[in-house]
Order: sequence, then structure tokens, then C-alpha cells
Amino acid sequence: MARNFLVMLGLLAGCYGFNFVLAEFIEVVYVDYINLCGLAIILAVGLNVINGLAGQFSLGHAGFMSVGAFAGAYASIMLTYGVIESGPLSFASMGSFLLCLALSGLSAAAVGALVGAPTLRLKGDYLAIATLGFAEITRIVLTAQDAIGGPTGLKRIPKMPLLPGAEKWDGGTSTFWIYAFVCLVILLSLNLQRSTFGRALICVRENELAAETMGVRAARMKVMAFVYGAFFAGIAGCLYAHYQHSVRPDDFTTVRSIEVVVMLVLGGLGSLTGAVVGAVIVTLMPQFLRPLEEFLNLSGLSMVVYAALLLLMMLFRPQGIFGQRELSLKLLRRLVPGAGRESGP
Amino acid sequence: MSALLQAEQLTMRFGGLTAVKEFSCAIESGELFGLIGPNGAGKTTVFNLLTGVYRPSSGTVTFAQSDITGQPPPVIAARGMSRTFQNIRLFDELSALENVMAGAHLRGHINLFDALLRTGRNAREEKRQRDWAYKLLAFMGLEERAGLAAKHLPYGDRRKLEIARALATEPKLICLDEPAAGMNPSEKQGLAQLIRRIRDQLHVTVLLIEHDMQLVMGLCERIQVLDHGETIACGKPREIQSDARVIEAYLGVADA
Repeated sequence: MARNFLVMLGLLAGCYGFNFVLAEFIEVVYVDYINLCGLAIILAVGLNVINGLAGQFSLGHAGFMSVGAFAGAYASIMLTYGVIESGPLSFASMGSFLLCLALSGLSAAAVGALVGAPTLRLKGDYLAIATLGFAEITRIVLTAQDAIGGPTGLKRIPKMPLLPGAEKWDGGTSTFWIYAFVCLVILLSLNLQRSTFGRALICVRENELAAETMGVRAARMKVMAFVYGAFFAGIAGCLYAHYQHSVRPDDFTTVRSIEVVVMLVLGGLGSLTGAVVGAVIVTLMPQFLRPLEEFLNLSGLSMVVYAALLLLMMLFRPQGIFGQRELSLKLLRRLVPGAGRESGP
Repeated sequence: MSALLQAEQLTMRFGGLTAVKEFSCAIESGELFGLIGPNGAGKTTVFNLLTGVYRPSSGTVTFAQSDITGQPPPVIAARGMSRTFQNIRLFDELSALENVMAGAHLRGHINLFDALLRTGRNAREEKRQRDWAYKLLAFMGLEERAGLAAKHLPYGDRRKLEIARALATEPKLICLDEPAAGMNPSEKQGLAQLIRRIRDQLHVTVLLIEHDMQLVMGLCERIQVLDHGETIACGKPREIQSDARVIEAYLGVADA
């Protein structure tokens, strides 16, 4: 545990450095891409625990994200009385922001448990439909709430608190906050995956009956997976709301849920590395296809390329880029011949 | 004195079909008990009733002095009954070692936060599971296979791995559903020795479904015979071999 704590501290310092480099040397547009990638990674890595490890086909991630986004944003506005500009680092701003994050994570996790428990008996497509329905219902319910702005949503959401030395940075310290949680979710998911609970989740995926007769409580493991994934979706929602300064129910349509699933399938369902890589590809691809689209004067080209890429993927590598493998020294050795003594069996 | 496992008047109906009718048995602690019968006699259904996969239409199951009728499989596993499957059900993507460790999950005492934060307790639990799993793999003669994915193991090893995984739950009773199916004679010999060692060295009571008569007769101390869901005989191998109803129902009409 102590080692994990030190690793996380190191990663936080790394995030600060990363934020500094971006703020000083990179154009704001690209910094935006990088931040969006970070949010996508948090979503994808969280969903990987539900869809990848536990093998439950959830299509409701946008729903969890929206719950977290509105809970966090609403709390944030209340706590800061609508002051947008965050001043220099203070315990008040930091404390209220962390409180909002915790609140958004916990509220989304609670919803995750609520969704997970009754849908346990559903498998495959049926679970997908139920979770998709949940996400849509959530969006419609949120749209109908005047207290959070109805269809126009919440505006004037405070910025994320600044860190010392960041006063002059254009983009503020969003990158730091987003990537701090990217590191956290990756670290925790890695620990989970390598633990007895990670194996138990995979057992449920591989053979539910065998898992049950070996004493693994499949129902409990599934709810746990939903709670875990929803918690980080909520965090991502809260970060997203603070990053955009505004949030609408329509930010969380089915398209967003599907996008996260596509990230996983592209990277390799069940692989944490795959989730990260998939998230980056799916986030960046439209951004880089857009100039091409404008150059050729073919609007909609990016969607065609996107679909073609997915089709090719299904045909030639249905298990995704990484399959269920993780990026590790062992894999690198195998891919780069002569780099190590070891060779695969 | 009461038996370790006692089934009384277990009946299982699927719609109009009665798969098992009034099945009763009493297995003493430390026994090697065989359950035989022709195809479709209802043997596997009995296993599913005992291990909680099915809820019996009527009847009771008592295990280690407590009523476990209708309890879900994880509860029954926790009470100390484990099993293998006729159609092997391993966790294919996991390695042989991880499969056995998954069986050891049941006796772990850590919570999710220990795992997420990698506490000392988590490290100790991982070590406990790993050591125990290696021990069982060695016991089953699979230590060389520890790192291989279960799906890449040869057939006989897959059967043995399932037994190792079941043993990892630290059962009092292990139910083996046709463990020798598809094995060649020499593999069967080795398996018979292994099953005997499970009872003698690990002190686990064994309930065995098997088609191979030679194996069952040589191994089991008591045998119960099912036909069309009904018990037609129960006794020592010698008695079973000379039972007229068994010969007729199971082996066909004698010397036709």
C-alpha cells in the first residue's frame, strides 16, 4: 500500500509537469484534445471492468456519467455561489472541488448499484437494452428538472481549482485534474484486475455456473463491477462539467454510451491497455479527420472512415487491438525480436 | 451417528418428465461413494440437486448436520461441498494456476479496498492463494502447466485441473462427475490413484459418477445404481456386480 501511495504521489507530480509542458508549449486546441482523451480514458477504463472483466454488456455509461456530472456541477455551483473564476489555491476551493468529485462519484455509484441489482438476471443483448433504456430515462428525467436548468442544463460551473504556479497558464489546471484521475483509475483498475476480485469477475465472465459452484457470488460481483464502473463514470462526468463550464442533458445521449463501448471493442475487450488506446483513438480520430474532410470538401467523410475502420476491425481482428493482453515487458519482448532472451511458447 | 451428506426422497421434475424420483442416499465422512447408471439415468441431475444448481421439486438435502435444500451454489460451496462438471467448465482464458486460485477465492478474508489499495492483507491473501494453488497443482501432477491458459491444456489435464480447482475451495466432500470420461486406460489408472489419494491424504470424502465399470468397482467402497431416475440397488461393489436388476438394467440382459 505504501508503495502504491508513493507511486500515486509520483504520478501526481508527473501530471503537474505534464500540465506545465502543455500550458507552456502546446497550442490550446491540442491541449483540448488531450484533455478529452483523458476523460475518455476514465470512462473506458471504468466500463472495461463491467464489460471487459465481468463480461456484462452495459450500454448505459452515459447515464452514469450524466448523474455524476449534474450532481457534481450542482453541488459545485451551490458551494461557490456561482463564482466562476477560481482564485489561487485555497483550501476552500480545493476542498469544495474534491467534495463535489466525491459526491458525483458516489451518486453515480449508487445509481450503478440500483441499475446493477435488478438487471442481474439479464444477459447479453437484454442487459444491453435495459442499460440503454436506463441511460435514456436518466437523460429525459434530467431534461425535465427545472432545478438544474431543464434542457439547457447547468451553466456557469466553476473552473477546476488552480494549483500554485499555474496562475498564468491559459488552460488552467484542467489537465492536471483530469490526468490525476486517469492515473488513479488505471492504478486502481490494475490492482483490481490482479487481485482475487479481478479473477472472480473474470470467472463470472468465463463461466457463471462454474464460478457459482466454486463459491463466487456472481450477483455480488456483477453489482460490484457496476458500482466501480459507475463511480468513475460519475467522476468523469463531474470533471467534464467543470471542464466545459456548462453541462446539458443532451451531452449524454446513447451515442456517447456507444462511443465508450466502441473504445473498448477497438482496443480489446478486457484489456486495460486496450481501453486506454481505444479511448485515445476514438477521441482523436474525428478531430484529425475533420481537416481532411474540409480539404476534400466532403462533409461526413469522417463518419464513413470511422465506420469502415470498425468494419475492418471486426473482419480482421475481432478481438480488438490488444485482445485480452496487457502492454507489459513480456509482450514488448515478444514483439521486438532479440530484445530479450525470452520467447513465447 | 449421522452421515456427512444425507439426501432424502429427492425428486426433480422437469415439466412432465421426472428426472429423479425419490432419491435417497447417506454418505459417511471419509467414504469413496460411487453413483452409476446407464445414460440418462439422472446421475448428473442428482449432482445438480446436491450442489444447488437445481432446486428439488421435493425432498431434502442435509450436509454436515445442516439443511441445505434449495440453497444457492455459493452457499453450498462455502459449507464445504465442491464439484466438477461432466462437460468441463474451466475458466478458459485464465491460466491453470489462476483457475485454482479462483477456487481459493472462497476462503479469502479480504475486502475490495484491500485489493484496490494493495494492502498487506491483499499481499498475504495472494500468497496464500498462490501457495495453496501450487500445492494442489503439484498434487494433481500439473505443476508444469501452471502458466498455461486452461483452454490450451490437453483434455486429460483439463479434467485434472477441474479437480484441483474444486479442491481449492477446501471441501469436505467433492463430487466428481465422470472424471475419467475420454481418458485412455493408463490415464484412468493414474486418475484412480489420484482419487484415492484425495480421500487418504487430503481427507476429502468423494462422491463419484463414472461410466467406467472397472474404475468404479475397483475404487468405490459403496455404490448406488440409478435407472430412469430411480435407485435400483445400493451396496458394496461385489453385491452390485451380482445384483440381477443392475445387470439387467445397466449391463443389458445377462448372457443373451
